[in-house]
Amino acid sequence: MAYDLSRRTALRGMLNGAGVVVGVPLLNAFLDGNGQAMAATGAQVPVRFGTWFWGLGVNPNRWFPTKAGPNYDLKPELLPIKALQSKINILGNFNVPLDGAPNLPHSTGGPAIRTGRALTAERGLPGESFDVTIGDQIGKRSRFSSLEMSSSGDARNSLSGRGGGNLNPSEVSAGSLYQRVFGTGFQDPNSASFTPDPVTMARRSVLSGVTEQRQSLMGAVGAEDKIKLDQYFTSIRQLEKQLDVALTKPEPLQACIVPRKIPELPVNAEIETVMKNHEYMTDLLVMALACDQTRVFNMMFNNGASSLTRIGSTITHHQLTHEEVLDNRLGYQPEATYFLTRIMEAWVYFVSALDKVKEGDRTLLDNTLVLAHSETEFAKFHTIDNIPMMTAGSAGGRIKTGIYVDGIGTPVSRVGLTLQQAFGVPVDRWGSKSLETNRAITEIVA
Amino acid sequence: MTLRSSKRRAAAAALMAASAAVLGLSLGQSSPGTAQSVSAVSALRIVAMRRITEAQYRNTIADIFGPDIRVAGRFEPIVRPVHELISSGASDAAISPTGLENFDSMARVISAQVFDEKHRSQFVPCAPASATTSDDACAATALAPLGHYLFRRPLSSSETAFYVKLAGEAAGKSGSFWKGLELSLGAMLVSPSYLYVIERGESDPGNPGSLRLDNQSRATRLAMMLWNSTPNLALLKLAEEGRLTDQAQLNTTATAMVNSPRFEQGVRAFFADMLLFEKFDDLAKDPIVYPYFNQEVAAALPEQTLRSITDLLLTRNGDYRQIFTTNRTFMTRVLGPLYQVPVHRSSGWESHDFAPGEDRAGILGQAGFLSIYSHSGRSSPTLRGRAIREVLMCQPVPNPPGNVNFTAVQDVHNVAMPTARNRLTTHATDPTCSGCHKITDPVGLSLEKFDGIGAYRVRENDAAIDVSGQIDGTDFQGAEGLGKLLANNPATTECVASRALEYAQGKPSEDEALIAAITKKFGENGYSIRSLFLQAATLPEVWRIKSAALPAPAQVSLAAPSGAISLKPRR
Repeated sequence: MAYDLSRRTALRGMLNGAGVVVGVPLLNAFLDGNGQAMAATGAQVPVRFGTWFWGLGVNPNRWFPTKAGPNYDLKPELLPIKALQSKINILGNFNVPLDGAPNLPHSTGGPAIRTGRALTAERGLPGESFDVTIGDQIGKRSRFSSLEMSSSGDARNSLSGRGGGNLNPSEVSAGSLYQRVFGTGFQDPNSASFTPDPVTMARRSVLSGVTEQRQSLMGAVGAEDKIKLDQYFTSIRQLEKQLDVALTKPEPLQACIVPRKIPELPVNAEIETVMKNHEYMTDLLVMALACDQTRVFNMMFNNGASSLTRIGSTITHHQLTHEEVLDNRLGYQPEATYFLTRIMEAWVYFVSALDKVKEGDRTLLDNTLVLAHSETEFAKFHTIDNIPMMTAGSAGGRIKTGIYVDGIGTPVSRVGLTLQQAFGVPVDRWGSKSLETNRAITEIVA
Repeated sequence: MTLRSSKRRAAAAALMAASAAVLGLSLGQSSPGTAQSVSAVSALRIVAMRRITEAQYRNTIADIFGPDIRVAGRFEPIVRPVHELISSGASDAAISPTGLENFDSMARVISAQVFDEKHRSQFVPCAPASATTSDDACAATALAPLGHYLFRRPLSSSETAFYVKLAGEAAGKSGSFWKGLELSLGAMLVSPSYLYVIERGESDPGNPGSLRLDNQSRATRLAMMLWNSTPNLALLKLAEEGRLTDQAQLNTTATAMVNSPRFEQGVRAFFADMLLFEKFDDLAKDPIVYPYFNQEVAAALPEQTLRSITDLLLTRNGDYRQIFTTNRTFMTRVLGPLYQVPVHRSSGWESHDFAPGEDRAGILGQAGFLSIYSHSGRSSPTLRGRAIREVLMCQPVPNPPGNVNFTAVQDVHNVAMPTARNRLTTHATDPTCSGCHKITDPVGLSLEKFDGIGAYRVRENDAAIDVSGQIDGTDFQGAEGLGKLLANNPATTECVASRALEYAQGKPSEDEALIAAITKKFGENGYSIRSLFLQAATLPEVWRIKSAALPAPAQVSLAAPSGAISLKPRR
């Protein structure tokens, strides 16, 4: 909202001088409205932000590059990304200082990356996750403020929300994701005809009526309930926006091809099922982005204490990381690492799917930035410093790619700060206590 | 028309007439009582907002609109705070954009059915002037009683006018009177007044300066706590007449409610919350290790446990402590192979008594508990022991430290350590681990004759299984021994008593004296679950509001008139 500026109005504001305060960082504010695509087609191509989460980390010495900077070396577990290396950054050696808060195994790391805060009790998120903050910045005009997905099931598997008891629940099946995005209410942007639906118009006015109830309730509640009501009315506004989108003729989008209906698939934590679900969900998400139904997404491949299983194994991925003996000859746990191999395979599928869609002279991936991260470094010992992280895509040229950044032990909140700034969030300092930082990761800022 | 539907229609019409009379909402007539309650509602302070649960939502719709109205959609899950009930999580729960989107599509599905040709006559006692335009008078007659049920209190006159206006506008836009009603009802179904159970405080004449829950909040709490649904007409009427703040009336009403067959629905909801039954949603077992496990089995397991509980506590009016010792349970066809028992009925459930030697004592000997506290391919004495401590004794066990070294531990195929007892003993000699494992493992090891889905076994990897256990220094053998000790351990009865209070109030009770008092009374009444919930519903303490933390709301003008405040001139 604050950055709904065209280049011209911003310039005029600056020229007129007097008292114009422009938040940090100015350049990004320009890009948000009129990004790179102006040169190509004249039409605006939106930028998107998303996350891709996997549980249980990596084998650090087999995953992290040795050499910082561009053209980083690929260790065995990162080798699958080779073809996409120039579009992927690796972020290593960023720490999660807890200031005495306990390291709650598999629970602390994810929220620390997303909220810049240490979890103090297992009670939802310790603060607003920054994907939501970025969504407030870039997602205001699309039909869905964000899409959350969990390819291993469980709607509670989510790290996105405004804090406390507010967690954006995940879609758990490709079928329901299809229904939500491309079912009733979807408008093909490339369809020749457009007729606003009278019932939608009526629903729209009904919802504005609901908003009018706000004052009568707000006056009577205490602080905690006020927060809940605020979140409720934020959700109402999002629903209103969906109807507004439905009542407006969409701009044609060349890259948008409406996907076919998805068959009902089983949903469980067995690895082959999860791989399949993830592929279907990815393909749907890619088209949801190309058809501009959302600009923000969160994909959970598995959960923190991964319950992934493999037919015939008596224990899960999580238990394997703790109980499987380190193979002295190999130097790692082969059964647990099997799951990591599949996870990296899924990540490559995800990034490639984004990269296959052309938008002007770029790809959808180029106009997107995905932050992939885990919740532990090495699951066997629950270590949370040096949690593996990657970014893919350049957010329409705002982020440099193909670089390994060595964080040399600085707080992990620098990642959240950098990405928020890249998407034009007016923030110059982020995180709390030892996780507070004002240092962006300049190595990757374009 | 079938007899059943015509009967229900008559009943619905009677309800509507009655509620319209109570509300003074018969068209165009506004009783003084209504006006009073309107101002009373707006002047009261909201002291709690608890998101309605999925079961409460479904029960409410079935109770108001009939069981044939389909509720289709996905519910945003309520996050369970660690060591607490989902009922407490409901007090923290916000509604996310996705959550509201889902509530909105459910609302549209429901309201479209309510006003479709088949059902509309049950809920609209008037004929609209025209089917294609608005009719405010007829819309008000239909919407006001529905709003009363959905919001669990009468609509204020301005609210009624608001929903009538919505219906009128929507009728105009859509060219249909019925569509107008439909959209207006849809708006009620996404209103915070419906999606949140709102509790309001009023000043307590017995305790000047403090607050107590008002009548409407009491009606709702009684209904949600005891029947897990919305208050019915009788409760709404008592609230409207201001009688639920009267202790004698409160006792009478709550007693009738715990003796009603509908109390079973409440007891099921309570135990599903206390025993963490949401774990069944994600229960997955390895199909190669456990060929007897499938989705039908997974669905039957919580039902088996709930049937055992309600049979013991309600049908037989039994002692709560017997849930750890009873040998009576219920079987259905799909569970036969798992338990290795013949099931005679081809569908439905039949009672089944385990023989003493089978070691299936109480709910801990049932496959439901045994399978959710196991891994996907093997049993877990640690998870079982921890659940017994935390869920049934309310004794939180610390989390494992961040840097556990499990290398010494389990390889289920290790010939040197064939049983879980061997493997855990090795692990638990590590001093950083032994502290907690001493709390959990000696309890859980007694259940090792049941594998990861709760099927009986006597050997693991060809080694005999030893089921000796220990709890707080007392030795015992197997599930039967464990059940007897838990039945006699005061922690279990105090635990369920404190959970009942938490369930009623939507937050864990910190009032130790109250917990002690309610536990004592529970014992004096033979540990009857009816008596426990009756207390949680009638003790004056549970209706009082700790007001210290609450700031004065801006719009309450109950304070002394301004003239009473004398500003003393400073010297």
